[in-house]
Amino acid sequence: MKIKFPRWFYQLASPRWFYEISGKLLPAFTIITVLLLTTGLVWGLVFAPEDYQQGNSFRIIYIHVPSAILAQSCYMLMAVAGGIGLIWKIKMAHVMAKCAAPIGASIAIIALATGAIWGKPTWGAWWVWDARLTSMLILFFLYIGVIALSSAFDNIASSDKASAILALVGLVNIPIIKYSVEWWNTLHQPATFTITEKPAMPPEMWIPLLIMVLGFYGFFTVILMSNARIETLRREKRADWVKEIIKNY
Amino acid sequence: MGHFASFADFLQMGKHGLYVWLSYGLFSSLFLYNIVMMILNKRAFFKNAKRQLRREQNL
Repeated sequence: MKIKFPRWFYQLASPRWFYEISGKLLPAFTIITVLLLTTGLVWGLVFAPEDYQQGNSFRIIYIHVPSAILAQSCYMLMAVAGGIGLIWKIKMAHVMAKCAAPIGASIAIIALATGAIWGKPTWGAWWVWDARLTSMLILFFLYIGVIALSSAFDNIASSDKASAILALVGLVNIPIIKYSVEWWNTLHQPATFTITEKPAMPPEMWIPLLIMVLGFYGFFTVILMSNARIETLRREKRADWVKEIIKNY
Repeated sequence: MGHFASFADFLQMGKHGLYVWLSYGLFSSLFLYNIVMMILNKRAFFKNAKRQLRREQNL
């Protein structure tokens, strides 16, 4: 069976097309991200009410939840892009996967560290070997594994292939993180946002949280696009259009 | 100012100033790290690529 995709879908795979379209989109994305993050930070830190039990330590939620959500989305993007690269031999997919890994690792650090810092005043311990925390730590190690593996080869094709396979195998960890709070008795509270139910918090608490989540996604998009642009040029440096860009820079 | 009576109050965050500011400090430094690395990566690439291109054209 031959599936016919729309034209833009094929263009996605073209390095030159990606370079040009991302150059046009980046300024707008950067502005939106800055606006979202400033609004979310000011709202969450200054205007949101404090929690009646946790007091102001509750404000850590405005970076902990967005970073935990993003660390998982980024992993899924990395694994799916790696898979697409493996199956359809699309170069741009590997570029995306490679550039997503270091960003994901730093976002996972934020999630883990803010969780530990929040745990101290709330649970009385920096760290507990609970299912949610442990599976999140494994996510961080998977990122480190993918980064290490991709830099262990001199040949780009083998490096892309090996890291894509590791990323795909590690995908099994994502549902474990998600359902860890349901499958095991954990100290960690269940998800803040679900698709089916209204948040348990009042709007003046969750609206800034939603803004921060969007801001984190925006930040990820901007950094990923910028790094992917450079990686694209690096891999295509024999092409005439890349030489032209380098000459005019 | 918002939820807080004064700026000192804001800095103090009740009894949780240390935890809140540690978290936000970590978040800011890692975001900043990503931005700085992106800029350095870009600069290093163009510097090397330009040099290489010039060398090839002189041959």
